[in-house]
Amino acid sequence: MYDVIIIGGGPAGLTAGLYAARGGLKTLICEEKVFGGQILMSYEVDNYPGFPKGISGMDLMDNFMKQAEKFGVETNYEGIKGIEDKGKTKDVILSNGTKLNTKTIIVAAGASANKLNCPGEKKFTGKGVSYCATCDGAFFRGKPVAVVGGGDSALEEALYLANLASKVYIIHRREQLRAVKVLQERAFSNNKLEFVFNHVVKEIQGDKFVNGVLVENVKTGELSRLDVDGIFIYVGITPNTKFLEDIIELNEDGYIIVNENMETNIPGIFAAGDIRVTPLRQVLTAAADGAIAASCAQKYIERNC
Amino acid sequence: MVELHLTQSNWEDEVLNSDIPVLVDFWAPWCGPCRMVAPVVSEIAEEYQGKLKVGKLNTDEEPEIAVRYGIMSIPTLMIFKNGEVADQIIGAVPKEYLIEKLEQVL
Ligand SMILES: Cc1cc2nc3c(=O)[nH]c(=O)nc-3n(C[C@H](O)[C@H](O)[C@H](O)COP(=O)(O)OP(=O)(O)OC[C@H]3O[C@@H](n4cnc5c(N)ncnc54)[C@H](O)[C@@H]3O)c2cc1C
Repeated sequence: MYDVIIIGGGPAGLTAGLYAARGGLKTLICEEKVFGGQILMSYEVDNYPGFPKGISGMDLMDNFMKQAEKFGVETNYEGIKGIEDKGKTKDVILSNGTKLNTKTIIVAAGASANKLNCPGEKKFTGKGVSYCATCDGAFFRGKPVAVVGGGDSALEEALYLANLASKVYIIHRREQLRAVKVLQERAFSNNKLEFVFNHVVKEIQGDKFVNGVLVENVKTGELSRLDVDGIFIYVGITPNTKFLEDIIELNEDGYIIVNENMETNIPGIFAAGDIRVTPLRQVLTAAADGAIAASCAQKYIERNC
Repeated sequence: MVELHLTQSNWEDEVLNSDIPVLVDFWAPWCGPCRMVAPVVSEIAEEYQGKLKVGKLNTDEEPEIAVRYGIMSIPTLMIFKNGEVADQIIGAVPKEYLIEKLEQVL
């Protein structure tokens, strides 16, 4: 029996693991894909305090992982497909059907990148369609690419791609960007970036690899084609809560509702990070949530178990 | 580490002419998901020793091989059987999914 099982090994899960294990709890983190979560996609994190020169998402997560392991947290590569509340204890159900018994659960399964859901997107994934500029940007050296989206991630990644690609189109359905001012200023002054406002992607085209993208002007309905070899998609995220929707209270967008102790509607089940209703989704806030969730899980065990 | 370091010079012997299927992990040092997926690949290499060869190809060091196989996204895991690409998986995926794909080929 575990004291805490943490679902997801991103910044929230790894920090919850660090705090729980350091507090002497028997702690397991189950991660379905790779430890580190979404921030692995980021080439440079320049707003995580303590690293004034910036740090890559990969190095930052490597450190998070090492620090959690130092305190004896257990980890595995297992996807969780469900949880069961049995009152005093809970079961976590692994994808192979095995059940693990635990006193508390911290859900830190984060969020996943949205797809455009347009023709060609699936067919050309890995053949020019990408969701990770840091991973794949180098394959587009000297070639024209497009970035879809108008938020922080879209601009950050477009600026990164501008170092490699010959040209970067930024396709955005509105006339204004959502990204923070400092990124907008950097983007507007970079002469490799060209903004394609008020346009949406209709189709991603190619033969073996992507060779263009068909876009539509949302005001006039006019279609045009951009010749690009790559298209990087940053059109928001969706919380990974499908496997919980029958048990845990979610808001209309699927995010988990918690109180200030990070506790869900079910006593002993906590949630932390991008997966919860929160005004800011960052590494720092995910880590902070993880710390609160672990500490409150510990208090819950002391009181109830 | 049981994984082979693959290069232009041992590619033919180790991958194309291998008696048993080969799982090739295309990666690069600057790719976060690649580095973090490495432990899963190592676990697979241990668990399938004798039945499956596991190798790693650094796309920075060996761009020609990466281009030859149309790699435009990493991590990409390719399964080779009798010198041919039998299957490929693009991006970080759950270990279970990878095992499922492997079992189909083995
Ligand atoms: C391109 C990009 C750039 C960014 N740049 C910055 C930045 O500069 N600064 C900053 O602070 N933030 C940045 N962010 C945001 C930051 O990455 C997130 O806020 C943060 O990663 C959230 O952490 P998390 O632990 O809550 O969730 P995640 O990072 O999403 O981690 C969740 C983990 O849970 C796993 N998981 C999901 N479902 C299951 C399941 N059923 N069973 C087991 N495991 C599961 C996932 O595989 C994942 O590893 C960026 C995000 C992106 C996409």
